[in-house]
Amino acid sequence: MADSVSSPTLPHQIEPPALVQGEHDFRSVTEEVAAIAELPKPPKAWYRIFGVAVALLTTLLGCLCYLFWEGIGIWGNNQPVGWGWPIVNFVFWVGIGHAGTLISAVLFLFRQKWRTGINRFSEAMTIFAVVCAGLFPLIHVGRPWLAYWLFPIPNQMDMWPQFRSPLMWDVFAVSTYFTVSLLFWYMGMIPDLATIRDRAKTNLRKFLYGFFSLGWTGSNRHWHRYERAYLLLAALATPLVLSVHSVVSFDFATAQLPGWHTTIFPPYFVAGAIFSGFAMVITLAVPARAIFGLKNLITMRHLENMNKVIMTTGMMVGYAYAMEFFIAWYSGNQYEGFVFINRAMGNYAWAYWIMVTCNVLIPQLYWVRKFRRNIILMFVVSIFVNIGMWFERFVITVTSLSRDFLPSSWHYFTPTPFDILTLAGSFGLFFTLFLLFCRFLPMVAIAEIKGILPQAEAHGHEEEH
Amino acid sequence: MRRSIEMSHTDPKLHGVLAEFEDVGSLMAASRQVRDFGYTKWDAHTPFPVHGLDEAMGVKPTRLPWLVLICGATGLCIGFLLQWWTNAVDYPFRISGKPFFSLGPATPIMFELTILLSSFAAFFGMLIINGMPRWYSPLFSIARFKRATDDRFFIAIEAKDPSFEESRTTEFLAGLGASAVERVPIPEGRQVSPQWLRTSAWIGLGLLSLPPVLAIEARYSVDSEPPIHIVPNMDWQPMVKAQSEFRLEGSPIFSTGRSMRPDPEGVVARGEEAAGTPFLTGKDASGAWLSGIPADKDAALMERGQERFGIFCSACHGQSGKGDGLVHQRATELAGSGKSIWVQPTDLISEAIVAKPPGEIFGTITDGIRNMPGYRSQIPADDRWAIVFYLQALQRAQQN
Repeated sequence: MADSVSSPTLPHQIEPPALVQGEHDFRSVTEEVAAIAELPKPPKAWYRIFGVAVALLTTLLGCLCYLFWEGIGIWGNNQPVGWGWPIVNFVFWVGIGHAGTLISAVLFLFRQKWRTGINRFSEAMTIFAVVCAGLFPLIHVGRPWLAYWLFPIPNQMDMWPQFRSPLMWDVFAVSTYFTVSLLFWYMGMIPDLATIRDRAKTNLRKFLYGFFSLGWTGSNRHWHRYERAYLLLAALATPLVLSVHSVVSFDFATAQLPGWHTTIFPPYFVAGAIFSGFAMVITLAVPARAIFGLKNLITMRHLENMNKVIMTTGMMVGYAYAMEFFIAWYSGNQYEGFVFINRAMGNYAWAYWIMVTCNVLIPQLYWVRKFRRNIILMFVVSIFVNIGMWFERFVITVTSLSRDFLPSSWHYFTPTPFDILTLAGSFGLFFTLFLLFCRFLPMVAIAEIKGILPQAEAHGHEEEH
Repeated sequence: MRRSIEMSHTDPKLHGVLAEFEDVGSLMAASRQVRDFGYTKWDAHTPFPVHGLDEAMGVKPTRLPWLVLICGATGLCIGFLLQWWTNAVDYPFRISGKPFFSLGPATPIMFELTILLSSFAAFFGMLIINGMPRWYSPLFSIARFKRATDDRFFIAIEAKDPSFEESRTTEFLAGLGASAVERVPIPEGRQVSPQWLRTSAWIGLGLLSLPPVLAIEARYSVDSEPPIHIVPNMDWQPMVKAQSEFRLEGSPIFSTGRSMRPDPEGVVARGEEAAGTPFLTGKDASGAWLSGIPADKDAALMERGQERFGIFCSACHGQSGKGDGLVHQRATELAGSGKSIWVQPTDLISEAIVAKPPGEIFGTITDGIRNMPGYRSQIPADDRWAIVFYLQALQRAQQN
C-alpha cells in the first residue's frame, strides 16, 4: 500500500509491506484486539501454558517461604561468591525489561511506525520482567522485611541511606524505571480500555474497564494533551532506559574486582539488555500471535525488524566480549589478564563458550533473509539468546568472584536445587502475569493501530500549517 | 435514532447536541466550520488521535511541557538536596575515604529523580488538565456514542456555548455532512456512584489511614512495654555466662545443665603460671614493695621499656615523664576555656616519685591510682617491669 501522498512524516520512501495486513478498517481492528479480552474462554493453549506458569509460580512462593524461614544459606552463595544466582537473575530480568520501553519510547521518538503492533505487549513484558527483577535483590538482602531501609525515610535514629554506593543508585534507577514504565504502559492503555468498556456486556466488566479507563471520551482536546504527555514520557523514558542498565553495570564497574572494573560496562550492558529484551519479545510474540490470531497486526515485517535488531545488538555484545580481552591484555594488569584467560579456559569455560555461541555465533544466521523470516527458527534463536544472555551475567558475576585476589579463597560455585527452583519460579511469575495480561487487557494498541491505517488520514483536505 | 427538531430556547435539561461523522475527512471539514462559526464550548470525539484535527479545531498548544519542566527541575533539586543534606549535613560519615558529598556519585540519583518527577508531571498533569478521572459524562447515555472509541467520529456542541441555540445548532451540524445528529439530555437525577462502592471506598480509606495514625501515635508517645518484634532478628538468643547454670530448661550442651565444663583441679590458665609471685604483684613475701627489679637489667629491657613507655605512658605523662603529655596539654586548653576540670598527671620526675620503691611503681601501673586506670590487662608483667626500669633511667637523667 503505497500511501505516501497524505503521510507527511514518511514522504517518498519505498514502502515496505504494510504494517497492518488484510482488509482492515477501524471496526475490524477493534474487533480483532478487543475480542481477545472478551473471549468467554481463552484458547486451550492458553490454559496449558497458564497451568505450567501457575505451577512454577507456586514453586517460587514455596521457595520464598522456605527462604524467609531458613535464610539465604539455602542458596549456593558463599564466600567468595557472595553474589550468586540471585544477582545473575536480577540482571537477566532487568535486561529483558529494556526492550519494552525501548520499543515504545525510542522507536516512538524516531517515528518508527512499525512499533505500534508490538509496543503494548513489549511494555507489558517490561513491567513483568522488572517485577521479577525487583524480587531478586529484595530477597538477596537476607532480611527482606528491612528492605525499606533502602529508602530515605526520616527516622528517630537519623540514619540515612548511603548515597555514595552504587547499590543505592540501583534502588532509585530500578524503582524509577518500574514506575515510569508502568505509567507509560497504563497511559497507552487508557483509550483502549475505554474501547473495551464501551463494548462490555456484563456489569462487572463495565465497572472494571470503566474504572480504569478513567472516563475517557476520546475528546480531541484530551487527545491533544494526551499525545503531548505521551511524547514527553517517551522522551523521558529514552534516557531513563539507557540509564537503568548503566546503573546496574555500575554495581559491577565501581568495584575493584578484575573483570568488573571496566569502563566499557555501561554501553556493553545496555546493548546486552536490548539484545535480550528483543529476544524475549520474539519468544512471546511468536506464540501469542499464533494462539490469539494476531498475524495481521503483528506481521512478518515486525518480526523481521526485531530480528535485525537482535543481530545488530548481538554483534555489539560480541564486540564488547572481544574488547574486554583486548583491554585485559593492553592494560598490562596481570589480574585482569588472568581473569579473562580464566573465563575462556578455566573452570567456567563451559559457561563462557555457551555464552559466546548463543549470543555471538547463532544470531549470525540472521544475515540470511530466509532465516530472519522463518517463524520456527526465530523462536529457537530467541530461546538461545535468552539462555546466552543469562550465561553472560553468570560469567560476569561468578567467574570474577570465584577467582579473587587471594588464591586461598578461590572457590567453585555450585548452585543448590533452591537456586534452580527460584529461577524457574521467576519464569512462572513472569508468565502468569503475562498470560493474565493477554487474557484481560488489550494486547495490541488499538488506537495506535487505527492511527496508522490509511483511512486515518483525511483525504483531500487541505493541510493547514 | 431520534433527531431533535422542535424549536425551543435552551433547555436546562440539555447538555448539548451530538453529531456523528463516518470518516476522518468529513469530521475534519466539519470541525473547521464549527470553529469558524465561532463556537467555543465544543469538542470532537475520535477513536484515535486524528492528525491535523487540532489545527482544524483551533486547539491551542497545551502548557503541559512547562509543567513537566518545572517538576523535572524540582526533582533535580530534590535529588541534590536529599543526598547533600542527609550524607553531608545531617549525619555525615566518612566511608571508604570518599568526600561527604560530591557531584559525581550524586548524579545517578539526581537524574533518576528528575525523570521520575517529570514523568509524574506528564502523566498526572495530563489527567488533571483533562479533568480526569471523571467517570461520568452525559454523552455516555447516548447509545451511538459508544462507537466514539471504535469507528465513528463525533462533534459535540455544549448548550453552555453562547452561540448555542438548539434548533439552529442542530441544523447547522446536520448541514455539515453528519450522518446523524442527536440531542444529548442531562439525565434525570444526580448521577452518583453505587452506594456499595462509596461505602467500601470510605471503609477502605479509613483502614488505609490506620497505619500512619498508629505510627504517629507510637512516635510521640511513651510506652514502658518493649516494642513488638514481628521478626525476632536474633534479638533474643540463649546466652549464658561462663560456668553458670544454663537458664533454659535442659541445657543442650552438658547433661548437668551447666553452660561450660568446670576446670579440673589444679588447672592454671595460660599466662598465669606466676600468679601470686613477687614478679606479678611487686611485693615480697612479707607484703612490702620490692626494692629492685626482678628481671635482667640489660639494654634490651631498657629499649623495650622505652618503647612501651612511649606507647602507653607518654600520652599523659609526656615523653620526659614530667606529666605534660598531649592529653594534658589539650585538656588544659579546654579547662582554660572553662569547658572541663583537669588535674595534671603526676610528674614522674618529682622527688616523691623518685623516692618510691620500684615495686610500688609497678603496682601503680598494674592497678592504677586516682584517675589513672590499671594497665594489668593491656601491658604484660615483663613489659611493666621494663617500663619501671626505663622510668628509673628517665629520673636519673633529669635529676638536678
